[in-house]
Amino acid sequence: MRKFDTKVQYLKYKVLREVARQAWNGTLYENLFEIPKIIVPGNTPTMRCCVYKERAILSERVKIAMGGDKGDPNVIEVIETACDECPMGGYEITNSCRGCLANRCEDVCKRGAISFDHNHVAHIDKSKCVDCGACAKVCPFSAIVNRKRPCQSACKVKAISMDENKAAKIDENKCIACGACVYQCPFGAITDKSYILEVIDFIKESADNSAYKVYALVAPSISSQFTYAKHGQVISGLKKLGFYTVIEAALGADMVAYYESEELYEKGFLMSSCCPAFVSYIEKNFPGLDKYISHNLSPMATIAKYIKSTDPTAKVVFIGPCTAKKAEVRKEEVSKYVDSAVTFEELQALFDSRDIDITSLDDDVLDNASYYGRIFARCGGLADAVRQGLKERGRSDFELRPTSCDGIEECRTALLKKSKNVLNSNFVEGMACVGGCIGGAGCLTHGEKNKAEVDKYGAEAYEKTITDAISVIKNI
Amino acid sequence: MKITICIGSSCHIKGSRQVVGQLQELISERGLEDKIELSGAFCMNNCQKGVCVTVDGELYSVTPETVKDFFENTALKKLG
Repeated sequence: MRKFDTKVQYLKYKVLREVARQAWNGTLYENLFEIPKIIVPGNTPTMRCCVYKERAILSERVKIAMGGDKGDPNVIEVIETACDECPMGGYEITNSCRGCLANRCEDVCKRGAISFDHNHVAHIDKSKCVDCGACAKVCPFSAIVNRKRPCQSACKVKAISMDENKAAKIDENKCIACGACVYQCPFGAITDKSYILEVIDFIKESADNSAYKVYALVAPSISSQFTYAKHGQVISGLKKLGFYTVIEAALGADMVAYYESEELYEKGFLMSSCCPAFVSYIEKNFPGLDKYISHNLSPMATIAKYIKSTDPTAKVVFIGPCTAKKAEVRKEEVSKYVDSAVTFEELQALFDSRDIDITSLDDDVLDNASYYGRIFARCGGLADAVRQGLKERGRSDFELRPTSCDGIEECRTALLKKSKNVLNSNFVEGMACVGGCIGGAGCLTHGEKNKAEVDKYGAEAYEKTITDAISVIKNI
Repeated sequence: MKITICIGSSCHIKGSRQVVGQLQELISERGLEDKIELSGAFCMNNCQKGVCVTVDGELYSVTPETVKDFFENTALKKLG
């Protein structure tokens, strides 16, 4: 088994791999209904009550691996049959309550929601409780628990509620497609639509890159992924898969840092446009602040635009950690530059669908960007790069006061402050995922060392400054 | 005339940036900006021969050390 954080990811991977296998062979539609049986053979259930339910859910997963519900514009989709309808009652007293004398829970509750029965056992009056959690914190027996759905806890933008059948429901007006729920749902009932079939078609129809060329545009967070192989072997794997060549999206990040630093200098206040989930969050929740969003395209779109200027018939596929990028590439201003987006999870499935063992391949090179472009992958990197951009442009007189928001909750705090004119900074780096892109839902693994991996990868870049990295592009 | 320089990874670490920079200087020294167009491409499928440069589609192998010679003896001659 490949290394994933959870078995839910592994299951999703198995579906993607099988769908991809059939697609390469040209037998997908012929064998469509066999795929659940290929993944769950026999009669012994391993995940649910029976194999029939497992297969029913798998057939939904197959649909999502093939692009999902076309009528629903969101790239994140709920599989209703897979939703376990987890309890969501809020704070509850469990039978660990010993009916003590101290009654700290009662004292701390400002709403007077706690009372005691004849055995001195505590009870919460749900009509008064506001789910503040104060009682749970003071209980010496940890007898008070918060029954909250993992998807709802994960969704910091409060886009998830319950439908009439108690299944999770996503509010499209709030969802920013960050994928936090996808990664956190223990039943794999919320998942990101996959566009691997688009990519397979691009590669197949390119006839070995003779009809047109297919470019892989790889996010710098790849440095923390595929750790079982060498970085250069992943590049070889991509070429073996059928991509014409591989380019660092970090070069687009260098370009963005260069132009965004000047934009900041001119405007005096700016918010980053790199993270599509952050941009979506501003548009949906703070519409008055969208004028402060940088006018630069994201690093992905910026470099893709350049690729298409050198090769107008190119197909550009972004490969990264991000589910929100799948939504970004569908935006009108981006879709003309980037043709599709897949995640690292999906790349692993694509490798294995062709039985490509990347550990057996040569160590190829990928080196287009500078240290600064590469560190965009972790929170704080973008602000560091903009500082460097100001310096390289001779704008050292401008005092950069950045707020690097690590996760959507910190983004919300900064935006609230800005909306009330009390934000004491002039540049907001917004990263919807905690840790930055390395915390993205489409990563194979998430770990403590990922930030260090990104910094190490950054330090290995051939180009040491932003100006040097982009000089080739600026000059030609 | 169009000179295209490969700026893909393999050529980049062999010195594409220096090649581009020098070509640009040589062109401006001679005031040939109107006659020679510089462009970039990601990979020309000849990574071993980097830095790959094409002149009107014809492939050459250039290094930062040989670029001046290439410009004077190959590119300018082609220009006539």
